[in-house]
Amino acid sequence: MADVLVVAEAADGKLKKTTHSAVTFARQAAAALGGTYSILVIGDALGDAAAEAATLGAAKVLVAQASSLKDYVAERYVPTVAAAAKGTANADPRTSATYAVVVGTASAYGKDLLPRVAARLSAGFASDISELLPEGGKLKYKRPMYAGNAYGVCTVSTPVQVVSVRQSAFAAAEPTGSTSPIEQVAVVPPSAAAERVEFVSFDQVKSERPELTEAKVVVSGGRALKERFNEVLDPLADVLGAAVGASRAACDAGYAASDLQVGQTGKVVAPSLYIAVGISGAIQHLAGMKGSKVIVAINKDADAPIFQVADYGLVADLFATVPELAKQIQAARS
Amino acid sequence: MKILVPLKRVADPDNANKVKIPASGDKIETTGLEWKPNPFDEYALEAALRLTEDGKAPKTRAGEVVVVTFGPKETEPTLRAALATGADKAIRVDATDDKLDGDLVARALKTLVEREKPDVVVMGKQAVDGDSNQVGQILAELLDWPLATFAATIKEEKGALLVGREVDGGVSTLRVRLPAVVTVDLRIVAPTSVYSQKTAPAFKYNDGVRFAALPAIMAAKKKPLTEVKLADLAADQALKVQYTAFQPPPARKAGIKVKDVSELVSRLKNEAKVI
Repeated sequence: MADVLVVAEAADGKLKKTTHSAVTFARQAAAALGGTYSILVIGDALGDAAAEAATLGAAKVLVAQASSLKDYVAERYVPTVAAAAKGTANADPRTSATYAVVVGTASAYGKDLLPRVAARLSAGFASDISELLPEGGKLKYKRPMYAGNAYGVCTVSTPVQVVSVRQSAFAAAEPTGSTSPIEQVAVVPPSAAAERVEFVSFDQVKSERPELTEAKVVVSGGRALKERFNEVLDPLADVLGAAVGASRAACDAGYAASDLQVGQTGKVVAPSLYIAVGISGAIQHLAGMKGSKVIVAINKDADAPIFQVADYGLVADLFATVPELAKQIQAARS
Repeated sequence: MKILVPLKRVADPDNANKVKIPASGDKIETTGLEWKPNPFDEYALEAALRLTEDGKAPKTRAGEVVVVTFGPKETEPTLRAALATGADKAIRVDATDDKLDGDLVARALKTLVEREKPDVVVMGKQAVDGDSNQVGQILAELLDWPLATFAATIKEEKGALLVGREVDGGVSTLRVRLPAVVTVDLRIVAPTSVYSQKTAPAFKYNDGVRFAALPAIMAAKKKPLTEVKLADLAADQALKVQYTAFQPPPARKAGIKVKDVSELVSRLKNEAKVI
């Protein structure tokens, strides 16, 4: 029997949706191991985050809250996360546990934090897992490599395993109707590294649109849109209530903000509908959107690789087509 | 400033559609693929070169850039190419990819850092073959050094780096006092993304990484390139993560071409039922 610890991601007093994907993984892993899963909520001004975590069916919710954790800095979070994983963060030894698997989501937060946690625990770390393959009480992980052109199946040999999961590959966990007990855990003082790092600022990109990794519909544009990127895509995204994404080429050229990049090294999305506008379909881009349920490609080059993955392809000039598409979708909906 | 830049040779990702998995599924067949430096590591090298010069006069570099790779003899051209663009010396740790994982690379790098004593380790955020994104983070923890991942901008201050990091939903800025580890993202090679203390505020670099001139390629042949045994850097070479099988991605069935917007809307509504 072995237990799983989910490292939650919280912001503005709420759990981020990334956490729910990690919980889904934890349910599967705990079932395979014959154990339970707990959720660690860490930060400051956690608001309702812990109460929300308590609805997700965990054996318990651990809360590490301190003003020193106000702005996320890995060096301040790692010691507490590692101690919680080892069960040493609890003052009461009766409630302490050692977790066999520590999991978070491969968001920017998880990518930054979890490998350091693994290092502190001398644990093996497997990133960006797309599938859990349980086998005889052991866990095997499937993860995309080579921009999604191959999948590797790996095992982690250390007593504690740290993993990050691909959000688009694990559905968000729903509340179970039960309430988990909430337990405060001690915040462990950081080591020397923390004294040499200072959080300066976070410049948030304000957007009325849904978050790219969570949107049901994504409208993405390529370099072909040039300076008219937003002028062309926004009306279509508005009609569909969609998030806007971009190819690396469009971001590199400065037509789109860099955090809109969809691809191997950018965001990985898996919406119900993905509309690729003026995107040729480099493998790095495909790696970030191939998991979408329905893919539409609009490109004037009939030989563009994007058409090889698109369910519906339209060979046309995008400047004429996209406004027409927005108009007709609006009409079809009303 | 002395900077250590780990550099990995990878199968060209633009040729990755030629990555083959044999029927046995026990490995990824990379024979015949074109090799190149991992692009993010090239960006790291460019950032390191920028941090050790004032922009206008790369020849009067103040500081030292040391590149290191883990690989067989065949990876030496990758190191020579780095020396040709301006790195001062190179180290090859004799190893093969199938006997390495992120943890072992980080542990070996830790020993190298203790030997070389750089002020900062600058490296790519991930290699585009394994796509693991972990070595920089693990190295920082093993060294107990501050870390700034996904750097899009670096500005050198006295004894510190001000790093703008590309994270979900915006840019997070950290100040890390040296020594530190920095992993870089794409936009670190934009014209105004890296400034040393000597760089004039108005100075703009060419977009992207620099190319080596022919005389520099010749000169690079004389720069020091040493070989180190992996066993000298890491006593324990057991892997924490082991790959047991490889699989091709699930195939997507070919779609259809529609003739116009009306047909597209009708199919999205009635067939796919997504609008």
